[in-house]
Amino acid sequence: MGGNQDISEALQADVVQAAESGQQLCLQGGRSKDFYGRELIGEPFDLNQHRGIVDYEPTELVITARGGTPLTEIEAALTAQHQMLPFEPPHFTEASTIGGAIASGLSGPRRPWFGAPRDLLLGIKLLDGRGQILNFGGQVMKNVAGYDLSRLMAGSLGTLGILLEVSIKVLPLPPQETTLLFEADTENAHAITQRMCLDATPISGSCHMDGQLHIRLECDETRVLQLRNRFGGELVEDAEIFWRALRDQQFAFFQTDVPLWRLSMPPAADFQLPGKQLIEWGGALRWFKGDHSMEAIRSAVSATGGHAILFLNGDRSGEIFHPLNPTIALLHQRLKKVFDPKFIFNPGRLYPE
Amino acid sequence: MQGQSDNNSLRRQQQRRILADAFLKMLPADAVIFREEELVPYECDGLSAYRQVPLIVLLPYDTGQVQAILRYCHTNKIPVVARGAGTGLSGGALPHEDGVLLSLARLNKILEVDQSNMRARVQPGVRNMAISDAARSQGLYYAPDPSSQIACSIGGNVAENAGGVHCLKYGLTVNNLLEVTLITIEGERITLGGGGLDSPGLDLLALMTGSEGMLGVVVEVLVKLLPIPTKAQVILATFDEVEAAGNAVAAIIANGIIPAGLELMDNLSLRAAEAFIHAGYPVEAAAILLCELDGSEEEVAVSVKFVCSILKQSGASEVRISKDDTERQRFWAGRKAAFPAVGRISPDYYCMDGTIPRKQLAMVLKKIAEMSQRYDLRCANVFHAGDGNLHPLILYDANIPGELEKAEKFGGEILELCVAVGGTITGEHGVGLEKINQMCAQFPDAELEIFHAVKAAFDPHNLLNPGKAIPTLSRCAEFGAMHVHAGQLRFPELERF
Repeated sequence: MGGNQDISEALQADVVQAAESGQQLCLQGGRSKDFYGRELIGEPFDLNQHRGIVDYEPTELVITARGGTPLTEIEAALTAQHQMLPFEPPHFTEASTIGGAIASGLSGPRRPWFGAPRDLLLGIKLLDGRGQILNFGGQVMKNVAGYDLSRLMAGSLGTLGILLEVSIKVLPLPPQETTLLFEADTENAHAITQRMCLDATPISGSCHMDGQLHIRLECDETRVLQLRNRFGGELVEDAEIFWRALRDQQFAFFQTDVPLWRLSMPPAADFQLPGKQLIEWGGALRWFKGDHSMEAIRSAVSATGGHAILFLNGDRSGEIFHPLNPTIALLHQRLKKVFDPKFIFNPGRLYPE
Repeated sequence: MQGQSDNNSLRRQQQRRILADAFLKMLPADAVIFREEELVPYECDGLSAYRQVPLIVLLPYDTGQVQAILRYCHTNKIPVVARGAGTGLSGGALPHEDGVLLSLARLNKILEVDQSNMRARVQPGVRNMAISDAARSQGLYYAPDPSSQIACSIGGNVAENAGGVHCLKYGLTVNNLLEVTLITIEGERITLGGGGLDSPGLDLLALMTGSEGMLGVVVEVLVKLLPIPTKAQVILATFDEVEAAGNAVAAIIANGIIPAGLELMDNLSLRAAEAFIHAGYPVEAAAILLCELDGSEEEVAVSVKFVCSILKQSGASEVRISKDDTERQRFWAGRKAAFPAVGRISPDYYCMDGTIPRKQLAMVLKKIAEMSQRYDLRCANVFHAGDGNLHPLILYDANIPGELEKAEKFGGEILELCVAVGGTITGEHGVGLEKINQMCAQFPDAELEIFHAVKAAFDPHNLLNPGKAIPTLSRCAEFGAMHVHAGQLRFPELERF
């Protein structure tokens, strides 16, 4: 912990060389998400040593850190000031970095109410595929000067450039958290969650699995008592462990050899495909295992207005992410060329190039 | 010279006739406006200092017509400027001399309010406020609230990534969109985002938001709706020193409170507002803070008490809490009318829109005061204190020779200061045409080249709103600005931030 070094010049020299020789690079931070996205191609290119918190002033609600900084280090610094990363990034291992968290675009249970990496990312320092160091966005909450190329990097899986630094909006930790447990089938679980959401209940997490609905609330005992009178539910002790295990996918549900699908859809979508589901985000995120063809799953999810990612297992050289409309696919190719004209970064990690 | 301008005028007349004939074949007659006197109302947006009569104005009724228009313009290389309600403050919808002005005003239907998914599907010409009005009966509202919300349209909000008083807590437009359907310059219809909370591939929805009509034309928007908070109260705190007010903002946030709104006004602006609106502001104060807290009855009661104690500890000489919703509205009314109020005490004013890290506020205000003395021009400051967005209003009189140039220099110096302390030249009004030169102060050439390449990825022939938002490298020399002469700001009835 606590390593603090700026190796951007060395990284820049390496990228310039790779661009000249056409050497493809497989960008690696903590390697906790190697399983995610399409297969890894290219020479491993380690970004871990470019690390450390560059600037953090709690009252500005912004932290700036180098991409290789471990999430644990950032969260420790924030917790000491009673603050948090609002998107609650998963740590699939202890080595997860902030650069990887932003590049993957993945969020934890808090996401529907507090935003995703793209919502909280305020600015970046980017090393592009020509070896240029570029600054977009900044460290302020509101900034409409130029196109918002910072947010474009969130979820781009390193295909556009290396995140040398990221500036992220942070928020105060909730003073109190309580978790309620309801015995409920999918339909009832949905009804409870929806009524709570419409009622402006301070929810910060929902999880329905095996007939049990967990709801995390950010409020004091008085409010919890009111809510229990209204909605029922039992208090859960030590719920923090539960939510962390959900965030980091430690439940048995996720320990699997079969294809695990991540389905993103409208929260009230009527999704009836037979299979095993774990439902988060008030219904907007559904983890799914079922014996169906890729086409069957994709078309069922598309019908709701959502999309499906083959999150874990299955053929990693195939269509991991939902196929794009041809015009949008063309825009992807053109944008790739803008940032990485020699196609050296994470080739094909998102879509075949 | 006279001959040249006659030639130019003749050439425009001919070109106008050609376009009118072409568009009358694909659109209803009342969707094509080409008579000079009918074109004049479209010559500017909310920034009336810049004016240009377009070649032709088109008012399509549906998406198919928008596609046909863009296909024609693409084939014939005609520039297109999209326009919503025309309330923008940076000249983003200023027409192009040789181009089509494409008004989306007739795509104004709310297609669906979906309570169970807490979202609304609307066309781009729908007014921001109309969404909340339509959702109210279902207990929901659309959170981003730019001050022009009674008139500005959602399509324009997407183009500018509009903010508002409540964006510290509830986010900007980009944080409150699920999906945007747009037409590319080639006339292709594409949908970015989707029904879920994320979408496959690159986040083009984020890129599109705030792109000032340079990348595509928005024809449909799916927005997130939020439940209406049960209770909201405003605290009005009086300070004898501006610095203490700035420190109080930091203290509120350090104590883990994210107010729904947090605004600061200095003495000059609060005096002007009080004289205009009679909101009950303390006119002797060096600065006031307005802090809105929302939530359930109990939550608001607890947090109001807590924030009051923080404000007193931070040196507030007086703290008042809105007794009811009428008083809450009255406290806000003064703040919301700050621009026109300042317009009453000076023949002209020049409005800036920089954002700074909050910790720099005291220093920036001190420097602005020094500049004010040096330039011998008054400057009123209103500040979205929660998110660091500063609106200095430089007061001047354009009838005094040299004063306008002085105000421009003063403003340029303020924006450079904002960039120097780690901020930006525009927090919410956009670059448009107004701040195009100041972009040069903010971005080096390499970043500007990337911006141009991104533009070319969507619009290779540079037909969508050409010349706005991103300066050419060769242009990076001069500075422009927003000037308001004798209350000639358009839509004077609108509240401006």
